[in-house]
Amino acid sequence: MTAALDPSFGRAKNFIVYDLQTQDFTLISNTQNLNAAQGAGIQAAQTIAKAGAAALITGHCGPKAFRVLEAAGVKVYNTDVPTIAEALARYKAGELTEANAANVEGHWV
Amino acid sequence: MKELIVLSGKGGTGKTSLTASFAKLAERPVIADCDVDAADLHLVLAPTLRERHEFFSGHEAQIMPEVCCNCGVCLPECRFDAIMEPAPEAGHDTYWIDATACEGCGVCLEACPMDSIDFPERRCGEWMISDTACGPLVHARLGIAAENSGKLVTTVRQQARRLAEAGNHPLIIVDGPPGIGCPVIASVTGASHVLVVTEPSVSGEHDMERVLGLTAHFGIPTSICVNKWDINPSMCERIEAKARKAGAQIAGRIRYDTSVTQAQIQERAVIDSDAPCAEDIRAVWTALGLQ
Amino acid sequence: MILAVASGKGGTGKTSISVNLARVLDAPIQLLDCDVEEPNAHLFLTAAPSSEEEITIGVPKIDAERCNACNKCVEFCQFNALASVGKAPMLFPELCHGCGGCMLVCPNNAIREERYRIGSVTTRQAGLITLKSGCLDVGVSLASTLVHAVKERRNPSTTAILDAPPGTACPAVATLRGADFAVLVTEPTPFGLNDLKLAVDTVRELKLAFGVVINRAGIGDDRVRHYCEAEGIPLLLELPDDRRIAEAYSRGELIVDALPEYRSHFERLWQAIDNESTKQRGMPYRAGVAR
Repeated sequence: MTAALDPSFGRAKNFIVYDLQTQDFTLISNTQNLNAAQGAGIQAAQTIAKAGAAALITGHCGPKAFRVLEAAGVKVYNTDVPTIAEALARYKAGELTEANAANVEGHWV
Repeated sequence: MKELIVLSGKGGTGKTSLTASFAKLAERPVIADCDVDAADLHLVLAPTLRERHEFFSGHEAQIMPEVCCNCGVCLPECRFDAIMEPAPEAGHDTYWIDATACEGCGVCLEACPMDSIDFPERRCGEWMISDTACGPLVHARLGIAAENSGKLVTTVRQQARRLAEAGNHPLIIVDGPPGIGCPVIASVTGASHVLVVTEPSVSGEHDMERVLGLTAHFGIPTSICVNKWDINPSMCERIEAKARKAGAQIAGRIRYDTSVTQAQIQERAVIDSDAPCAEDIRAVWTALGLQ
Repeated sequence: MILAVASGKGGTGKTSISVNLARVLDAPIQLLDCDVEEPNAHLFLTAAPSSEEEITIGVPKIDAERCNACNKCVEFCQFNALASVGKAPMLFPELCHGCGGCMLVCPNNAIREERYRIGSVTTRQAGLITLKSGCLDVGVSLASTLVHAVKERRNPSTTAILDAPPGTACPAVATLRGADFAVLVTEPTPFGLNDLKLAVDTVRELKLAFGVVINRAGIGDDRVRHYCEAEGIPLLLELPDDRRIAEAYSRGELIVDALPEYRSHFERLWQAIDNESTKQRGMPYRAGVAR
């Protein structure tokens, strides 16, 4: 939980799925996606949706990934805090605002 | 940590020569050559190779001749004309795939009734880390007919960033790719500053406008400088006016100077030679105000 | 017959050589601008566009009624253009390569194709020159697909000059494939030589007849010439470095119009291409029958 929060979403190494009730967390690898020639954000968004998450906290989320997450009903929160623990603390404290659009332009891959 | 991307739109405007001089002028930079189609920075910076890594991206279809029954079902399915008819005289007894045309879509695998098509990862090139007198250099080389240099560009930038963080380097200087396509976009996203090196010609003007459209789209602070400006002073002014209108800063002008090529031949950065334009380059560097 | 003008490095004068070659020919000729990311040939010819054709690819349209969300298409797509979130998949047309694979694998016949624009081909007539310029829409990455579209619009009954994109990546190879002869344009500098070697590797891989043009001869050293001699590569033309050429170019003027004394250089270049074509392919360039 003290690990650094990767500022990018699609090509982040891992995702942490955190259960707010039990405070358990599991790690999902995204390494397969690091090598995607294109559409890494779209793949990552599907992974998050499949994991059953209700919300995503990330640094930057592109428009394509955002479209997928929106369709899957996953809320997106952007933050630039350095660690996962801090991001989570801010979320719990209600200090993060929900993104209603992608905060980075997609690269035109 | 700051990251400067040097772009040009059209090729041959002196982008790489300028980047090499900046590498010398900067204090403890990491240098990244993202012009992976025609990587030339290493010719001036005399690098010593430290690491070399293969780079794979996507897949390519290959017909296994020992399994193929020559039915030809795959041929009409390929929309990229990559499947070739048997040509025994050229050593192809069965249908075969022209790797330079294959897009790696996998349609032929689906069509083949014999499962005779292999689909390995495609080797697209290699990336390297080297040491130079100015600092670490991350550079790459794209294979012939390889695609997806955007992803290779991303890899090079990530490696440069990793080295900069690990070694506490304050600045990354990136020699960017030409054009405005996917590699260029991959080279500018998230950068702190872009410098567009252009020349006073109709092509230079046309291409600079396309690049400025791109950096404005991404909201990246952008400066321009006109190289060989005295070839056509009125065109230079026209370009600068257009750049200002597009919201870019003017970082300066560099005179036409044949000794730039002489420096290249001596494998030196222009700034280390007695070229008259060296003072113009210093002025551009100061105007950028990065350090 | 198809003549491709290419270079490993940008800014060596590829477009300039192409346009001037087209101009000195006393016969109808086609000039196909395949540098679809930065098409510039039209800047040097005064001719209004006579037609613009939209270029499209077929992207999937999924019938939500028929789709049972089996995800076969999503799993098939190598380009991540389809995403599944439980219902009928979402499409990202800007990532689609138009391979048709999703339609092929759909067990429910729920996918048909609709057209999606990737760019345009504009036709202009300037005297005897028919110019067709491909222009990729900003934000689209399918440069090779657009190159094919430009080439498909070639009239096979007259000679065509193809202005290739710089580099050795996919779009350059898509332009060079199927050409009868390649002219590689370079500069007598270390950068020029480094990039020429990559271009030579590419045309050799494609088994094309080819020769080299040295532009701005005199600015650098003899290494390009020595390389060509050592490799047995014919030197078709050396165009001297002349500030007046750079000035004419900066104004968008043709060399042969602004400086008529250079007309003979380009006539000699045609002759040299003819001779080399005869030598390497057993048939002269212009006398050849259309393919």
